[in-house]
Amino acid sequence: MSGEALVSARGLSKRFVKKPDLAGRIAGHLGAEVREETVHAVDHVDLEIKKGEVVGLVGESGCGKSTLGRMIAGLLTPTEGEVRFKGKLRDALSSAEAHAARLAIQMIFQDPFASLNPRARVESIVGEAPVVHGITTRSGMASYVDDMLRRVGLDPEFKRRYPHQFSGGQRSRIGIARALAVNPEFLVCDEAIAALDVSIQAQIINLFMDLRSEFDLTYLFISHDLGVVQHITDRVVIMYLGRVVEAASTDVLFNGPNHPYAQALLAEVPRISTSKRTFHPIKGEIPSPLDPPSGCHFHPRCPHAFDRCRNEVPVLKEIAPGRISACHLNDG
Amino acid sequence: MTGPDQGATEPTLAVDGLKTHFFTKAGVVKAVDGVSLHVNPGEILGLVGESGSGKSITGFSILGLIDPPGRIVEGSIRYKGRELTTASYEELRSLRGDRIAMIFQDPMMTLNPVLRVDTQMIETVRVHHRVSKAEARERARAALAEVGIPSPESRLKNYPHELSGGMRQRVAIAIAFINKPDLIIADEPTTALDVTIQAQILAEAQALCARTGTAMIWITHDLAVVSSLADRIAVMYAGRVVETGRTADVVNAPRHPYTRGLINSVPSHNARGSRLAQIPGMTPSLMNLPKGCAFRTRCSQAIDACLEAPPIREIGPGREVRCFNPVAVAQSATVEATP
Repeated sequence: MSGEALVSARGLSKRFVKKPDLAGRIAGHLGAEVREETVHAVDHVDLEIKKGEVVGLVGESGCGKSTLGRMIAGLLTPTEGEVRFKGKLRDALSSAEAHAARLAIQMIFQDPFASLNPRARVESIVGEAPVVHGITTRSGMASYVDDMLRRVGLDPEFKRRYPHQFSGGQRSRIGIARALAVNPEFLVCDEAIAALDVSIQAQIINLFMDLRSEFDLTYLFISHDLGVVQHITDRVVIMYLGRVVEAASTDVLFNGPNHPYAQALLAEVPRISTSKRTFHPIKGEIPSPLDPPSGCHFHPRCPHAFDRCRNEVPVLKEIAPGRISACHLNDG
Repeated sequence: MTGPDQGATEPTLAVDGLKTHFFTKAGVVKAVDGVSLHVNPGEILGLVGESGSGKSITGFSILGLIDPPGRIVEGSIRYKGRELTTASYEELRSLRGDRIAMIFQDPMMTLNPVLRVDTQMIETVRVHHRVSKAEARERARAALAEVGIPSPESRLKNYPHELSGGMRQRVAIAIAFINKPDLIIADEPTTALDVTIQAQILAEAQALCARTGTAMIWITHDLAVVSSLADRIAVMYAGRVVETGRTADVVNAPRHPYTRGLINSVPSHNARGSRLAQIPGMTPSLMNLPKGCAFRTRCSQAIDACLEAPPIREIGPGREVRCFNPVAVAQSATVEATP
């Protein structure tokens, strides 16, 4: 693993603003105080992914992990901040370079049902992009598609079929073949295995690991399933309500999480255990990102919260080499 | 409550040889094909299986919720000795929501989006019991408090859309528990929730069952969830129960190759970064099952005898396996972590 960062993000933010609807605008004209609602989906996040690394991005729903993944994949434009690809600012790339960068970063989506065009045959789902981008020729497409399908463990005989003729696991493989077809260097997998049955999940996880060693791929693996993340990632980043709360190498983090949220999250992972256990869940719910708590976002649910947590946003600090955490307790 | 004592108490529910088939244009889908199981008072039974294994249809069959083209073609479902498969609509109606309740995966299936929470809860009480509105409302408030909803009085006035996913599921659970039923069938109630919320719901459900003596069937695809919750586990594959037993026995020493495969494919049972032990192939279509044992084509232990359908056999007290060539006890202990 070289030390060079393949993708890096600095101060990345994404805000979604909901404009007042008609009734709201009329009320506004009549003098009522109507404010735009802003969701801080991602709030000043820094992230660096080295070549060959598998980084897990973990958090509960609404924490902004998918939004961050989409910004890094280039599907969403950040409101603030910058993304660098191989050290170059992505916005400042020449059009040919930007083109290459887009091909090098591919995304694999959660829903194997919604992310494939139901009216296209597998052949064109997988083969269209490489032909358009000149990776293969139209006459060479058939054998190129065969090759891609074989790589993901599908029978090339199936290439004349439509997506609905496949099971969930096979559709996942088609999605993966489509991403691989343009020779990417970096894959953003957004809950890519969440919709699959346990026995099929294991097959797809194995496929991801095989492809990694075969093509020297780098992954950003977005998931809420900590068991899977622990298994396949080198480094884990934990998000809560749009902010990174802790990041460390997988071994270190799973051996002893530092941030109280990370501790709670790891404690809740259901594991196959042999005895009945009593659950000690953390209290409360994930607050609405429309109206996040002041100070540290986690303080209303945190068992260790004190005054400072309510007033001051904790900054991410290095607490050990390669390990960062955002908690006031670390200052004590 | 651990360790069911079969002889002493009559089971709350006993299902015997249940077959629910769907008669579609393309052919007969044998969604449930000979399922037998029972739950005792206060016991939690984990019904585990992958999609298409028939676990949900088993739950729906118990409540009489099978619509055409589906039909219960064979078998019996006895609730406290009463046969439910032949019960009239009125009889079932008086049981459903009162003595037997269901919690669905999506709480919006239980909750009416245009009615306030209190309206729905009061109705559930008053349909089955002659009590005043004020009394019913008080029971609703108590039920919400019991599932850990903060400020239940004001939540009663909310509409379902004003609540978060976790809160909605709690309301659905409160409605299921409100008439103090004898049996609750929970169909993947935490699958759509985040882990921290899932842990809260599991804690509530476990405590409620222990407190009220309600029996529960917890249907899920997630062995990890039931292993920490259930007293006993029944594993389903392609419409049949393939293995049952006490949770610790099934998890520690699975005897059916499918159960062992499921447990071994969980990442935490494998060395980090190693290839996962996977079950080859995919779940077969219920229209076109392999002859004999349905798992035969994916099984590493298949023998010639497997061309015949194996019967379920008792291999210990309360422990049954549907396999001709079960995993030997010594090697069934979950895979060693190979470096």
